[in-house]
Amino acid sequence: MPDGTIVRPYGDTTGDGMVQTSFTLPVPAGPRAEGAALQLAAKMGIEPAMVVHSRAIDSGYTFFVVYGSVRHLVDLDAVRVEERSYPLLSPAEVDAAVRTRLRRKLVVLGACIGTDAHTVGIDAILNVKGFAGEKGLEYHRELEVANLGAQVGVPELVRTARARRADAVLVSQVVTQRDAHLRNTRELAAAFREAMGEARPLLVVGGPRFDPAMAADLGVDKVFGRGTTPGEVASYLVSALLPQEATA
Amino acid sequence: MSGLVLDPVLVARARELARRAAEPVVELARRHTTVSVERAVLRLAGLTGTDPVTGEGSAGDEQSVGRVPWVNRVVDAVRDQVGLGSGVALPVWHALASGAAPGLQALAEQVGAGTARFSVPAGADAERARDAARDAVAAGIARIDANRTRREELVATLGDPPRRPWIYLIVATGDIHEDIPQAQAAARAGADVIAVIRSTGQSLLDYVPEGATRTGYAGTYATGENFRLMRAALDDVGVELGRYVRLTNYASGLCMPEIAVLAGLERLDMMLNDAMYGILFRDINPRRTFVDQRFSRMVHARAGIIINTGEDNYLTTADAVDEAHTVTVSQLLNETLAKEAGLEDWQLGLGHAFEIDPDVPESFRLELAHALLARSLFPDAPLKWMPPTKHMTGDVFRGYLLDGFFNLAGALTGQGILLVGMMTEAVVTPWLSDRDLALRNVRYVLDAAGNLAEDFAPPAGGFIDRRADTVLREAVDLLGRIADHPEGLIQAIADGTFGITKRSPDGGRGLDGVVATGPDAYNPALELLEREVSRA
Repeated sequence: MPDGTIVRPYGDTTGDGMVQTSFTLPVPAGPRAEGAALQLAAKMGIEPAMVVHSRAIDSGYTFFVVYGSVRHLVDLDAVRVEERSYPLLSPAEVDAAVRTRLRRKLVVLGACIGTDAHTVGIDAILNVKGFAGEKGLEYHRELEVANLGAQVGVPELVRTARARRADAVLVSQVVTQRDAHLRNTRELAAAFREAMGEARPLLVVGGPRFDPAMAADLGVDKVFGRGTTPGEVASYLVSALLPQEATA
Repeated sequence: MSGLVLDPVLVARARELARRAAEPVVELARRHTTVSVERAVLRLAGLTGTDPVTGEGSAGDEQSVGRVPWVNRVVDAVRDQVGLGSGVALPVWHALASGAAPGLQALAEQVGAGTARFSVPAGADAERARDAARDAVAAGIARIDANRTRREELVATLGDPPRRPWIYLIVATGDIHEDIPQAQAAARAGADVIAVIRSTGQSLLDYVPEGATRTGYAGTYATGENFRLMRAALDDVGVELGRYVRLTNYASGLCMPEIAVLAGLERLDMMLNDAMYGILFRDINPRRTFVDQRFSRMVHARAGIIINTGEDNYLTTADAVDEAHTVTVSQLLNETLAKEAGLEDWQLGLGHAFEIDPDVPESFRLELAHALLARSLFPDAPLKWMPPTKHMTGDVFRGYLLDGFFNLAGALTGQGILLVGMMTEAVVTPWLSDRDLALRNVRYVLDAAGNLAEDFAPPAGGFIDRRADTVLREAVDLLGRIADHPEGLIQAIADGTFGITKRSPDGGRGLDGVVATGPDAYNPALELLEREVSRA
């Protein structure tokens, strides 16, 4: 691995800049289509580019696989990511923290809102079965979890959160057509703000197409993106909801 | 396809338990009707269109999608005035026979204007209303029959796909006018069956939207007009290709009976129609589901439609090894309920899926065992083989390999309908190139190994044979627990027997649309369809 903060993509030699990409152009297959693909690759910064594969799809489209060296440089010093601001805890540590610091069960509600019927996300976080080898939140003795399932209306979610005195509401959104996930999340945040003001539960949304940096913009406390595990969510809940441990 | 040799005593016991578990559900369906069943009767009698004035129940979509269909307005009016215990046919055709309106459409407009008055006839009046209703509904059933004949003619002249499994591909743009060229392109690229996924919210709408629609979310609304447009487009491309291209949609959710009728009227060929999916995964009321489902399956039986059941869903929410037997249980329940409604073996596209975690050792052998168990338990059913979704992680390269193994398992175990897996599952709705790559994957496997089933006979007592036997035994245990519940399946679902969730008989959506039928209840569609079932 090279040292220094400027890097290029790595094919098989440091600094070769090699990338591969694939795309379809609405152009019938032929030399003109390949020329068009090379032009696009050049504009993407891939130069020289090789069209290693092209294939007609239907009559008016061509699919390409392109390899080449990209001229762009990556400046690692300029990379900004949201680093996890809370410690990752094991299930036992999560339960111990709730027991000693909250001294009652932590109430978590989960749902898919809007027309989204894809419960895989919320189920992966909540169901005992869990995800990526980690058990879901239902597995925790100190968490009281209710999974309301799919297509829950926002007013119903607010009512249930109030009735159950939820500490946190977790919402997953998979369908993103026409930015439905963003619109639904804003509606969720507004409804809780209006109904409960400062007393609202912690609002957490997640889904494969969310940008974790968008929490403030969407009016929620936390946004989880692709690949989030139950352990990360549980650890976040502990850090956000529990009074801090008295430090000596 | 030789399949596995299953313990015949165990198989017989499994079927007997499934029948017992389903019995109370069938009884329940016989003693009730629903608003959607009654609306389906009016649809069979030819009532179409929407009330131009009312617009509540909007799906937040273009105006036509949110308009209330006349069938809803009429059923609601009858219900408000005289209740639905006698069904909608008696009061409606009594009003028509009494000269209240020249026809059903005109009567609906009177309902719209608030001037229609309904009463439940008795004696000779009831006889007259029954005869008129039977004639009107028979016209719709005749159209369904004509479509079935037309399908048989087209298959005879154009031909069936050259081999099994049939290749099943999904389109889902939300816009019927985008779906059509995509579906035609897919057929040209090798798809034998086109499924148009519905807009996500549709299963919870208590009405069927009307007209050609362009604004669905993650799918396109199922409407009579969308069905008609797509059917015509696939017939065109079928002529061009010299093979009949089948069309699939979803008879599920709150309007299952009406969508089944629309499918029969517009010559759809397959419908997704599961006994429990709506209950477990959509929180639709169990009673509503079972009543609607029986009627919709009777319509499918008559229409020569192949149903596809949704067992793949159990595996996407639970562990595909631990819960493999729940698939078998659901298949057996779906089978018994389907047969009671008049469906034949060739119409049972019982579902199952390739969802075992690829990191589990021997995962492919386990998949083969499960797939062969289904094949051997239901030798005459087409079986619908569903691709991996749960373990498609966004690593499209690994996903492409996994789909290849899925295709191989399908070929090796003689599956009837193969839903084409996309390597971009969980990343994007499929692109043009994704579909093309996926079809090439299927074609390669079928060309290279399509007849390998002939050489594939897992030895008795081997890993696959033993695993299949274990799953079947677990299924029989679970079926026994369900059958022992006093109210069979419904109570078992309430107790969370299916592991996924508990659903009370009085909970969920759509219960207010379920009505106990009285002694004078008359449903001309049921009468005509049941005649057919008892003849079979």
